[in-house]
Amino acid sequence: MEHLIEIKGVSHAYTTKSGPLPVLDGLEIAVPEGEFCAVVGPSGCGKSTLTRLIAGLMRPDRGEVWLHGARVTSPRKTVGMAFQNPVMLEWRTILENVILPLEIVAPKMPRAERVARAEHLLEMVGLKGFEGKRPSELSGGMRQRASLCRAIVHKPDVLIMDEPFGALDAFTREDLWQTMRDLRAAEPFTCVLITHDLREAVFLGDQVVVLSGRPARTQRVIDVDLPADRTLDILFEPRAQDMLHALRDEIRIAQGRVPAAPAH
Amino acid sequence: MEHLRKIGVPLLSIVVFLGLWEGLVWVNGWPNYKMASPSDLPPAFWKYHMLFLEMGWQTLWRTVLGLCIAVVAGTGLGMIMGFSRIARDALYPLLVGFNAIPKATLVPVIALIFIGQHDFNTVLMAFLISFFPIAVSVSIGLSTLEPEYRDILRALGASRLTIFRKIALPKTLPEFFGALKVSVTLAFIGTNLVEIVSPHGRGLGALFKSGETNGDYPLMFAVLIALAFLGIVLYYAVVALEKIFAGWAERPHA
Ligand SMILES: Nc1ncnc2c1ncn2[C@@H]1O[C@H](COP(=O)(O)OP(=O)(O)OP(=O)(O)O)[C@@H](O)[C@H]1O
Ligand SMILES: [Mg+2]
Repeated sequence: MEHLIEIKGVSHAYTTKSGPLPVLDGLEIAVPEGEFCAVVGPSGCGKSTLTRLIAGLMRPDRGEVWLHGARVTSPRKTVGMAFQNPVMLEWRTILENVILPLEIVAPKMPRAERVARAEHLLEMVGLKGFEGKRPSELSGGMRQRASLCRAIVHKPDVLIMDEPFGALDAFTREDLWQTMRDLRAAEPFTCVLITHDLREAVFLGDQVVVLSGRPARTQRVIDVDLPADRTLDILFEPRAQDMLHALRDEIRIAQGRVPAAPAH
Repeated sequence: MEHLRKIGVPLLSIVVFLGLWEGLVWVNGWPNYKMASPSDLPPAFWKYHMLFLEMGWQTLWRTVLGLCIAVVAGTGLGMIMGFSRIARDALYPLLVGFNAIPKATLVPVIALIFIGQHDFNTVLMAFLISFFPIAVSVSIGLSTLEPEYRDILRALGASRLTIFRKIALPKTLPEFFGALKVSVTLAFIGTNLVEIVSPHGRGLGALFKSGETNGDYPLMFAVLIALAFLGIVLYYAVVALEKIFAGWAERPHA
């Protein structure tokens, strides 16, 4: 099977004052085209580092990152990124913030077309009527929605999200999961989502990758065989509950609270 | 109502200030060769109004030109220091040292190097005295830019120049204008320093000195008031620019 994203034996260490700090250790992840990969792992295990490696913002010490059958050595225009902190440029309106990537990726695109594209996305995430507002005039959840629009405005093949919903309240978060699902139904893209919310991972993911504690290895990959058009109710069904339990156990192993069971 | 407060209050405070000054001179019975009073000023302004216009213009254009050069050079230096650690380590001590030199000591030095180039010397001093805050603010603004901001565009493969233009530059504008408000006053001081000290100077500073040599105290005070007025005009010109280019940084009052 052709994989859009392949992480092959990736290891990385940061240089710190007290010597090298190994963060990733022989990581293996493969995401087929159009699939949604949720990544969970203990705090500080190297998840953000992983997103930066996939985006080409850094190069790993060892191992390879492949995207679309080509090795990633630098950032590429076909990637969209949403960060945990929805950094919005305060000197731009919400609409202008969403348009920003188009100015880099498609500098020749006519302005009207850019505006139409941004307005369409903002409407999809429920921000119609807020196009002319300043970021500081929006709530945290609304800013996060806008940041999501900005991440996909240039129709990337791959969307990388680093705990984008982490700072939001539970209801807003569930709203955004559904928004995410609808966005992908409207224009499919391959997705890597870092999260610390297991329900989020199961609701959105086609596979859930559990990383071990630092230095992170691929501890377990769980396939989520739920239908694509999920509703929140599915999380209360037994098969979803079983997955959540299994994930919870894996996380406790990753945190080092219980010894790892022999290989499955 | 809003307008009344914005214009009325400052105006009122100026009137009160002039009243107190007049009163102080009147109560003490000071003659105008000891301390001029506000009522002495209009005659002085009227008597020399052509001179005031001419000299005021001289002072104004030199200050503005010096400041413009300071903006260009200061921003350039700030960019170099903001982007390169090595440049920062190399240039910072030099700049701090240069800034610590009292600029009055530079006047004779400059006058000796560029003898008789009064316009040039004045503009040069306005520049020398005012570029430092701009260079520092731009360099700090750039070097403290949060990596997240840079990454928004870097993740799309944008060039360093694009990132500077779209992110770093607008983000540092509020700090830049903060520095510019300091610099505009400094440049003004620089201009007047040279105008006063130079033997055959022009500009308001020179007018002040001629008042001094002729014992014309009302003229001297009139010059001081004219300087204050020009300073206010320059300062608020910067404030107006700030409103246009960095107005977004002003949060609406809660
Ligand atoms: N630029 C850096 N230099 C040195 N160490 C770093 C750097 N960035 C991250 N680290 C360290 O590497 C480890 C992994 O960082 P990373 O941000 O990838 O973790 P994370 O899994 O995203 O954590 P969290 O769940 O808290 O977001 C942490 O211990 C962190 O202190
Ligand atoms: Mg992180």
